[in-house]
Amino acid sequence: MATAFKDDHTGAHTPVHSDAVVVRFAGDSGDGMQLTGGQFTLSSALAGNDFATFPDFPAEIRAPQGTLFGVSAFQINFGSQAIDTAGDQPDVLVAMNPAALKTNVGSLREGGLIIADTGEFTPRNLDKAKYTTNPFEDGSLAKWQVLAFDISALTMESVKPYGLGNKEALRCKNMWTLGLALWMFDRDRQPIIDWLNAKFAKNQVLADANIAALNAGHAYGETAELSGPLKQYHVDAAPAPAGVYRTVTGAESISYGLVAGAQLAGLKMFFGGYPITPASAILHHLSRLKEYGITTFQAEDEIAAICSAIGASYAGQLGVTSSSGPGIALKGEAMGLAIMTELPLVIVNSQRGGPSTGLPTKTEQSDLYQAVYGRNGDAPMPVIAARSPVDAFDCAVEAVRIAVEYMTPVMLLTDGYIANAAEPWKVPDLESYKPFPVEFLESVPEGGFKPYARDHKLKRPWVKPGTPGLLHRIGGIEKEVDTGHINYAPANHQAMTDIRSAKVNGVADSIPDQIVEQGATGAKVAVVGWGSTYGPIAQAVRRKRAEGVDVAHVHIRHIWPMPKNLGELLKSFDHIIVPEMNTGQLKTVLRDQFLVDAKPVNKVSGQPFTIAEIEAAIESALS
Amino acid sequence: MNDMTPVKATSPKDWETDQEVRWCPGCGDYAILKAVQRTMPELGSTPENTVFISGIGCSSRFPYYMETYGFHTIHGRAPAVATGVKLANPDLDVWIITGDGDALSIGGNHTMHLLRRNLDCQIMLFNNEIYGLTKGQYSPTSRVGTTSPSTPYGSVDRPATPCAFALGSGARFVARGFDVSKNLPEVLKAAHAHRGAAFIEIFQNCIVYNKDVFEDFAAPKGAEDHQLWLRHGEPMLFAKGTKGIALDVDALTLKVVDVVEDDWKSAGVIVHDVTNRSVAHMLVEMRFGEFPMALGVLYDDPRPTFNDAVIAQNVSASAGKTADLGKLLAKGQTWTVEDGHPEV
Repeated sequence: MATAFKDDHTGAHTPVHSDAVVVRFAGDSGDGMQLTGGQFTLSSALAGNDFATFPDFPAEIRAPQGTLFGVSAFQINFGSQAIDTAGDQPDVLVAMNPAALKTNVGSLREGGLIIADTGEFTPRNLDKAKYTTNPFEDGSLAKWQVLAFDISALTMESVKPYGLGNKEALRCKNMWTLGLALWMFDRDRQPIIDWLNAKFAKNQVLADANIAALNAGHAYGETAELSGPLKQYHVDAAPAPAGVYRTVTGAESISYGLVAGAQLAGLKMFFGGYPITPASAILHHLSRLKEYGITTFQAEDEIAAICSAIGASYAGQLGVTSSSGPGIALKGEAMGLAIMTELPLVIVNSQRGGPSTGLPTKTEQSDLYQAVYGRNGDAPMPVIAARSPVDAFDCAVEAVRIAVEYMTPVMLLTDGYIANAAEPWKVPDLESYKPFPVEFLESVPEGGFKPYARDHKLKRPWVKPGTPGLLHRIGGIEKEVDTGHINYAPANHQAMTDIRSAKVNGVADSIPDQIVEQGATGAKVAVVGWGSTYGPIAQAVRRKRAEGVDVAHVHIRHIWPMPKNLGELLKSFDHIIVPEMNTGQLKTVLRDQFLVDAKPVNKVSGQPFTIAEIEAAIESALS
Repeated sequence: MNDMTPVKATSPKDWETDQEVRWCPGCGDYAILKAVQRTMPELGSTPENTVFISGIGCSSRFPYYMETYGFHTIHGRAPAVATGVKLANPDLDVWIITGDGDALSIGGNHTMHLLRRNLDCQIMLFNNEIYGLTKGQYSPTSRVGTTSPSTPYGSVDRPATPCAFALGSGARFVARGFDVSKNLPEVLKAAHAHRGAAFIEIFQNCIVYNKDVFEDFAAPKGAEDHQLWLRHGEPMLFAKGTKGIALDVDALTLKVVDVVEDDWKSAGVIVHDVTNRSVAHMLVEMRFGEFPMALGVLYDDPRPTFNDAVIAQNVSASAGKTADLGKLLAKGQTWTVEDGHPEV
């Protein structure tokens, strides 16, 4: 982790070995920092490192240049051992302008390295970043190592032969910087060169200029090494099970998981979506996979997106919709319709900071109440939550399974962090997933056809329009038991409400018991988490246990209904703390369901928990 | 509509459910239901391949009474649900049943986009100029000055014109009828024959909250003078052929002209061409009173449907590709760990 990046220099020209390093690239939102981070991530993957990333960008697409709110950053933690988070504190900060330095330097580890482009530290840019004096001259950076030089000029020089205009030439700055970073961490340039050639296949001059900048940055590292704080580091490959690996973001793995789920169910998929940050990437990915029997529909609004998915489910496909908090709120009434008509549906919620428009590009876990309780009437619905980009694949498969096996809408919770972050993924063996083929009712069963007759799981039959002999009508009005006719009778509404609730509760029969990730049942403290807090909790518990602290980590995937053994398990611990990026939503559900003294640990800054914050919470629970 | 050929002939009875009809006695909805049930056997669809999809309101109870597949959805959202149904199974014959509040107020956005996209379906908008099911509030089509529980001093906002809204949204088929009209089946048949979104406004008498609001043109007495039934290729004549609609070339508007001794040609009466979009824009805006009420098929000029385009793209984008997810996941920039270590 952050502490592993030490200055144990063993001699010039020999890379220093490190266990793990945290690097943050920060620049103006037009500087291409996300691209730089993405390519650096790829090079880490190809070097066999384990890693976690944290893209942190503004909601504004092109904020005014040089402003504090226009800073875009990409952090990566890579190492030769298991990496669960993007790292608490960067060891290296690459700052492309004064605003990037100002907004990011505070989180840099003491003694960490600042690499900055002095070409951008002009009076005007310093002013925009609200610096009254030049930080390189006023001593304010004394606790860090500083490597400040004119990257802009060096980039211009390196691309001179290609005759680009000033603006275009400066755009190659990010590749120059990436070249330097590749040198610093002893990485192969070829995959990035291949990528640049492919990216600029239609403009060889741009490809060549970017490659030249990349090479120049790399060469600069080699020549500058002898003088100053710049050193070369080597991070060994992390041990991992044999197999084929790739990097995956949460948005990608959810998309692939939905495809796998539809294949396991034997269904075509219909995806109704409406653009919203940070959920749109799922719509983008699925739109390119038409050969998998997927129809994607960009609807006129969030309501049409879910309603079209319900219509497709009614017609016999797997209906899927996706959004983020504000859009999920708009879909609420239609979720009730899917619950009432008992049609399968998967609703993906990529949570972001709220309420209202809130923090569109920042992460939060504040939609748990909305997922579990946020509809009119008694409207129970299964809810599951992904803990990481890789885990999101299995969660998507699981959401599809529950939806079709129980004829119910299911909400899959993820968040902005999971959606955008990347991690290495051992490509799954799809043969190892058990199929759950859907059987449509196609003829009148013995005893006659009843649209709301139920099997042992309380599931009603799925009948596709177009099937002769099974004509029937469904809708949002209360149904009569079995027949599905309109019925407002008091006893009937009681019975149907009870059935809907029992059906969803019954999903618990099909999910695994809650396991303890680390530590033992009955530990002094249990840290109970859900969703993307997995990484910092896992690391914090690992460290505390290494110190001999009796602490356990429980991470809940099935938010509703919960695993059957969860209550008993929670009651075995002396103390329960629940870290959440909200004001205590899972904590409330746990207290309500099990009457346990779950204590909240909350953070709603739009940033993930740091490991240190969770460690502190464990200590305070024990004191 | 679709290209299904009937397996066997049906009678109107085959399209009736065993459900008790729950509209107020005397409601115009009964007549529309009968007209639809009478028309269905002539359309070439089968009950199992037919889906009626509705929103919320009095009209939206309609699917319960049709022996077909049916989906009574939520307020305003029938077009969105219908879009999913039709894209998932384009062989289905999809009918949307909606009202003035459902289609133009809460669901106005979906109506607009369904028409713009041109989903192949029929949209029957029952316009009674009032919210019936919520007990009589004024609606987006109520005339200025409508007194209702929510407008005790009369409504002050201007009403929407459903057919103008439809045409403005890009509809390629726009028709009008009214509940008890004997011509309604003919309009329904034309709508069904149109491949694409077919929009039909049906004036419907709410006998409880807005009784006889269409009586000025729908009443049998004087109907000849107040109704202009449009038929493709025929002159726009009414009042037993003594009056017609002509183009005021100077003002670029329509005008009523007298026709003497059947000589409509010299009176300049327009021959109705259902594919003339410019004239359609004028017909939907014709104000009753100064003009007769334009009824029948106002506009009918098909163009490619949304569902055909979506499916064609699904097919072309899939051509030559296999749906091998395992291969897809292992494609691109991957790396292989050879002699694996146990996971730490």
